[in-house]
Amino acid sequence: MVQVAQHPALKYFRHDSPGVPHLWCEGCGIGLLWHYTVRAIEELSLDPNKVVWVGGSGCTGRMCTYWNYDYMHTLHGRPLGFATGVKLARPELTVIAHMGDGEASAIGGNHLIQTARRNVDLVAICNNNFNYGMTGGQFSPTTPFGARTMTSPDGHLEHPFDLCELVKTCGAAYVARWTVVHQRQCINSIKKAIQKKGFAFVEIVTQCPTAYGRRNQLGQGADMMRWLRQSSVRREQAAQMSPGELAGRIVVGEFVDRELPEYGAALRELARRRGGEVDA
Amino acid sequence: MAKRLLSGVHFLQGDEACAEGAVAAGCRLFAGYPITPATEISERLSWRLPETGGMFVQGADELDSLTIVIGAAWGGWKTMTATSGNGICLMQENIGYACMTETPCVIVDCMRAGPATGIATAVGQGDFYQVRYGSNADYSIIALAPESPQEMFDLTVEAFNLAETYRVPTFVLADEIVGHMREKVVIPQRLELAERKRPSVPPEGFVPWQAEGSPPVPAMPSLGDGYRMPVPGLTHSETGGPHRDNYEGHKKLVERLYNKVEADADRLCRAEDGCLDGADLVLVSYGSAARAARAAARMAREAGLKVGFSRLVTLWPFPDAYVKGLARRASKLLVCEMSMGKLSREVERAAGGEAEVLLFSKPGVELHSPTEILEIARKVL
Repeated sequence: MVQVAQHPALKYFRHDSPGVPHLWCEGCGIGLLWHYTVRAIEELSLDPNKVVWVGGSGCTGRMCTYWNYDYMHTLHGRPLGFATGVKLARPELTVIAHMGDGEASAIGGNHLIQTARRNVDLVAICNNNFNYGMTGGQFSPTTPFGARTMTSPDGHLEHPFDLCELVKTCGAAYVARWTVVHQRQCINSIKKAIQKKGFAFVEIVTQCPTAYGRRNQLGQGADMMRWLRQSSVRREQAAQMSPGELAGRIVVGEFVDRELPEYGAALRELARRRGGEVDA
Repeated sequence: MAKRLLSGVHFLQGDEACAEGAVAAGCRLFAGYPITPATEISERLSWRLPETGGMFVQGADELDSLTIVIGAAWGGWKTMTATSGNGICLMQENIGYACMTETPCVIVDCMRAGPATGIATAVGQGDFYQVRYGSNADYSIIALAPESPQEMFDLTVEAFNLAETYRVPTFVLADEIVGHMREKVVIPQRLELAERKRPSVPPEGFVPWQAEGSPPVPAMPSLGDGYRMPVPGLTHSETGGPHRDNYEGHKKLVERLYNKVEADADRLCRAEDGCLDGADLVLVSYGSAARAARAAARMAREAGLKVGFSRLVTLWPFPDAYVKGLARRASKLLVCEMSMGKLSREVERAAGGEAEVLLFSKPGVELHSPTEILEIARKVL
């Protein structure tokens, strides 16, 4: 009898959705990010019925709509607020929020810093492709200085956020950055983020050839992936480099991995001190 | 664990009574940002929820607060937030998401004088349309207006029940006077509590957004229950998938979201009236303004004037049929409200020309006095 092997990711994919085939452009890095997330879930042998994906708006926000289990497809910038609510009520669930760079740090900037400060037990994955892709490629808070986008045709005038430094300062328990080319590192960091009891932030720098790449002469998807690999420098190595040497480089690695009191656990403990029992 | 239902006779501030109503109704999580005149709701819930096995979260702002409330509702909990008009401004997008995803939750608006920062500690009734129409496009909500601390308790419980039954954000549209006044509040021995409709079939046969029954709402599993639940802010089909190219599906969804509440306006209508026998003039109002109107009607009757009063408790869906009935009984309706004419517009529309609709408006800050209302009643009779 012939056995047809099923792709291991297929059970996680909501293939009967009207959103299939997916809406991402040719050469986009989000498909890889989607794959890394389910690989982490698979490798940890999590029950997918206990994993909730939360997204907002934009290309990255759509990732959750292809997750074959519980998902909340919410509002632009607000996934972390909704995710916090779910996690507080259902601490046994793994709650993963995927956000684009604009969503995470412009419109959703306050949610990001407050959720990190509270140290809510969530997995926040930021797809940083340097621009708002779905609306056609406008600059975001991570767009490099001087880069061209549809709203910075003469070169970007603002300076970008270092999201990992920001979130680390706010009090996150785990912080890492990789590019989409760092396949194994991405999967391992997402696994660590899932296992971390606290707010875990993984920034993954990806290519957006259609919007950002095209306007900055960075080539097709594969060309951009080569560019991402060549631009990357490990955190340890970067520590030995001057600001001039680091210009235009993407510093990758783990920035924080620490144990801190978690917000939901603190709320449950408060209830116990008051004589209440949240999970009774 | 402390009692959720503090049965007995109390002397409570309106905001405190609202907080007690929430706990009694089974609220498990409250998230809110401090704002006058709703802050006392947060303060009481910051200890009443933990001691009854719930959670109090102080949001970073009103957006943060309502997102957490909606998320926890999908975790299976009854949830609430409280604010004033400025906070409702910030919540509007989330209110639309709650309507689209049919998320049961309670939103308390203790109205104050505006616009903008206005006078934080002074009363207003200017959010009448804001709670109904503030978010984008078409949807429907329920709003109940208390006139006393007792009703801050009763209607908060009722708001939870309606939110669960209709799967819709339900507003307690209070005001600064009702929120801050202290009166006797009787908490009953037991309460009738509604719970959301849960799936009656196993996950394999479950269609997540298929609406059935009366009101026509889908069954609502919690996240983590194994129902592979899509919770989409996008227009969605009954299976939950994005519906970008299906205009018929969009029409069907939006019409249902609108009509599940609007078509039930008669069933949802709650109003109190008095002195209507042979009344030529009926004073129509809600919230704290209704206390003055009721007193004015009684003073008018003592003076031999044919004046009645009507206090609307359900503001949204607007009780069209009830107001039309009032218009048929009296030749004139005098709307007393602390805004520049919002309730009066709805009353005029619902009256449909059956009675002349007049307005005694104040732009917040100062409550109408019964004597003032009586003076105007004499003039227009």
